Amino acid sequence: MEALEIARWQFGITTVYHFMMVPLTIGLGLVVAVIQTIWYRTGNPAYLRMTKFWGKLFLINFIMGVATGIVQEFQFGMAWSEYSRFVGDVFGAPLALEALLAFFVESTFLGLWIFGWKQLKKGVHLACLWIAVIGSFFSAYFIIVANSWMQHPVGVDMVDGRPVMTDAWAVFTNNTALVAVPHTLFGALAVAGGFLLGIAWYHLWRRRRDGIDTVGADGKVIAGSADIPGRDRTDHTVWIRSLRIGAVVAMISFAGTALTGDLQGKLMFEQQPMKMAAAEAACHDGTGFSVLSVGNIGSRNCDDIVALIEVPGILSYLAKGDFTTEVKGVNSLLDQYKADYGTHLPDNPIYGERAGQEIEYVPVMEVTYWGFRMMIGFGGVAALAALLALWVTRSGTVPESRWLMRLAVFGILAPFGANAAGWIFTEMGRQPFVVAPNPDLNGIDQVFMFTAAAVSPGVSAGEILTSLIVLTTIYAVLLVVEVKLLVKYVRGGVVSAMPELVSAPVDENEDATPGPGGPGKAGTADDVLAFAY
Amino acid sequence: MELLPTTWFIAIAVLWTGYLFLEGFDLGVGMLMKLFARDNTERRVLLNTIGPVWDGNEVWLLTAAGATFAAFPLWYASLFSALYLPLLLVLVALIFRAVAFEYRGKVDTERWRNTWDWAIAVGSFVASFGVGATLALSTTGLPLDANGDRDGGPFSWFSGYALLGGFAVAGFALLHALAFLALKTDGEVRHRARRWFVRLLPVLLLPMAGWAISVQLLSGEPWTLAALVLAVVAAVAAWFLARKGSEGRAFLATGVFLLGGAASIFGAVFPVVLPSTIDPAFNLTVANASSSDYTLGLMSIVACVGLPLVIAYQAWTYWVFRRRVSAAHIPEAHSFLPAIAAKALIRND
Repeated sequence: MEALEIARWQFGITTVYHFMMVPLTIGLGLVVAVIQTIWYRTGNPAYLRMTKFWGKLFLINFIMGVATGIVQEFQFGMAWSEYSRFVGDVFGAPLALEALLAFFVESTFLGLWIFGWKQLKKGVHLACLWIAVIGSFFSAYFIIVANSWMQHPVGVDMVDGRPVMTDAWAVFTNNTALVAVPHTLFGALAVAGGFLLGIAWYHLWRRRRDGIDTVGADGKVIAGSADIPGRDRTDHTVWIRSLRIGAVVAMISFAGTALTGDLQGKLMFEQQPMKMAAAEAACHDGTGFSVLSVGNIGSRNCDDIVALIEVPGILSYLAKGDFTTEVKGVNSLLDQYKADYGTHLPDNPIYGERAGQEIEYVPVMEVTYWGFRMMIGFGGVAALAALLALWVTRSGTVPESRWLMRLAVFGILAPFGANAAGWIFTEMGRQPFVVAPNPDLNGIDQVFMFTAAAVSPGVSAGEILTSLIVLTTIYAVLLVVEVKLLVKYVRGGVVSAMPELVSAPVDENEDATPGPGGPGKAGTADDVLAFAY
Repeated sequence: MELLPTTWFIAIAVLWTGYLFLEGFDLGVGMLMKLFARDNTERRVLLNTIGPVWDGNEVWLLTAAGATFAAFPLWYASLFSALYLPLLLVLVALIFRAVAFEYRGKVDTERWRNTWDWAIAVGSFVASFGVGATLALSTTGLPLDANGDRDGGPFSWFSGYALLGGFAVAGFALLHALAFLALKTDGEVRHRARRWFVRLLPVLLLPMAGWAISVQLLSGEPWTLAALVLAVVAAVAAWFLARKGSEGRAFLATGVFLLGGAASIFGAVFPVVLPSTIDPAFNLTVANASSSDYTLGLMSIVACVGLPLVIAYQAWTYWVFRRRVSAAHIPEAHSFLPAIAAKALIRND
């Protein structure tokens, strides 16, 4: 393989991996902030426990997002120096602003939240978490502004062959970004919803298995208490509320992703018609949405693909909002792309040995077609499961079935899958461009860059292969470590995040009313900080 | 002289200096986990002094790199691609270090802690060494061709300056960390840190002084030489202050040393941002590597609001956690009773 291919694999692997940690960080952060707010308002001890428990899992995951995020910022320059030179004037700014205005906020205030349980007043402590969570939203915004510029370049003039920013407002309010940001945030919340639902289900199931909770003659749960730290009645409240919060979050976020995704799709039909035609594996112009198409694996010739099941009109609705407009297929788009951007890579040194090669305008259709459907499918299944979960647990607990519990736990993976599939679809669908040209009137048609020109010319394939192997290995090992720690802390239940439940069983009323000294008083001599390490 | 590119060159120098000042001590504390701390309690003292702040400190690195990308895309592209393998090492080191901080206390066995302690110590050393080598090579030159791409193989970037810069930042980080620990801890750790500081100061600061002097010899100016003299004076002052027990001032004095050293180095190189060792005509300069004035203007406005804000709330963090940490404060390791425990204890009421 040559450097370009390896660098693409590396970017894909490291980004998809990074984006397993990030949505959980964004979504769970918001959920924990809401839960801590309820505790702050009501003093209900169940919500303190929820804050501590979900907060602990949040942190175990957060650090992996931090650690793998640095790689993202560095590898533009390391492996994609020509890309960095080409887009730096417009693409660097959102990255720099992300660090300056979002990462600083996130990391500093999260540090205050983790270590400041005793040092800060309750309200200030809660505010720190909210500020960190809002910081993570801004971080998502800035990085999507950067990504959206690659999908839909705006606000620039071409000067000496490079795009130069002329209209920052256009870049930062790119319509592609304005719909992608809420879509991504809802996608992140869907991950958090599934996470709460699966884990809470497991704990409710275990309380039933251990005979702590039983179901009475009226079909309602009778919550019990065991002489084990943390396994009291409050514990039942912790899990049933977590489950319901998770289910509601999962359903709302699916609705949110569907609505924003629809807007995004309509934009994409204008901005990158080839991506959407490839998402449909649609050769010819038409109106029908393919439910199942089959063809030769690996073939880029769409005449090899046969749509077995097709629903007429739906594709037109996705693209234009009506049921009759013909949507252009791959074949007619192909002619248009060839006419506009050439049939072969220009004879320019930045293409290296790839100069003069024929350009493949059709993305890998197995990926775009199935990526699009897996995104929607996983998201929909998760939302449906959440609805069923609410119905099944209306008695106040979960059924005794071990299989249902396992299904709920493994269901955690579905929204992760939907997120990954969505990103793989949209980034692979952008090929062969790294900066996609936009044929519509708002975009600037002649601003584009082929991925073939983006890789670092001075870096050898061996170097990139080394980093691909090193990073992939480390990421795999760390994934195992993270999952093991998450499982350990999940199994441990609330006490794993609240040692005080073991050492000195808390007087539950203490949380409702200010304890000795009141919530506003600075800590005593021993309260240097909350020793999190 | 071009105003905005020059301003941004200064801004990036400030960001790197801020990074070295802040993450300097937490990188050093990381190395001291194995060099200095004698038992688990001391290691936890060390960790908790930087616990609330290390992640915020590391963002200075992300901001420095991001600002370089935005303000000088050609500098960013050439430097990062030329130093591919060393920066890969830095990334690996930073990954392990970050994860180790968070995961070290999550399993209560000696072996687990020891593994992550090594990750922190080695990760901190490699990260500081790699950042130092990168900065040193950016000031002394890389074999870049006309397009700004590295000529020669994967190791053609290597020169003695890489080692000098690596030891400079690692050494400074260690010394700065000793000053920080003397300031932030109490009891045995505090006193030992101060003793080590006084004993090791000359040897730990020597490489950075050497780097600054080499750059002066290559392209120094009177005012950068003055900055270097200031740095040396600050180092001498730090030594005396630490000896008489003024921990806060000794810490500030090592900071002034860094400030003087960084000013003399970045100032001497200016207006070149990345020299080419092949042909001075290929040098990347403030003028030929920068973004458009429009982009730089936009970034200036945001930075004028954003950076003071960052400094304010980070300063507040240090104020909130201003109390000294000592071994006596460290709570017992928390080994929780798994909630999976026996069913026998169940009581239904």
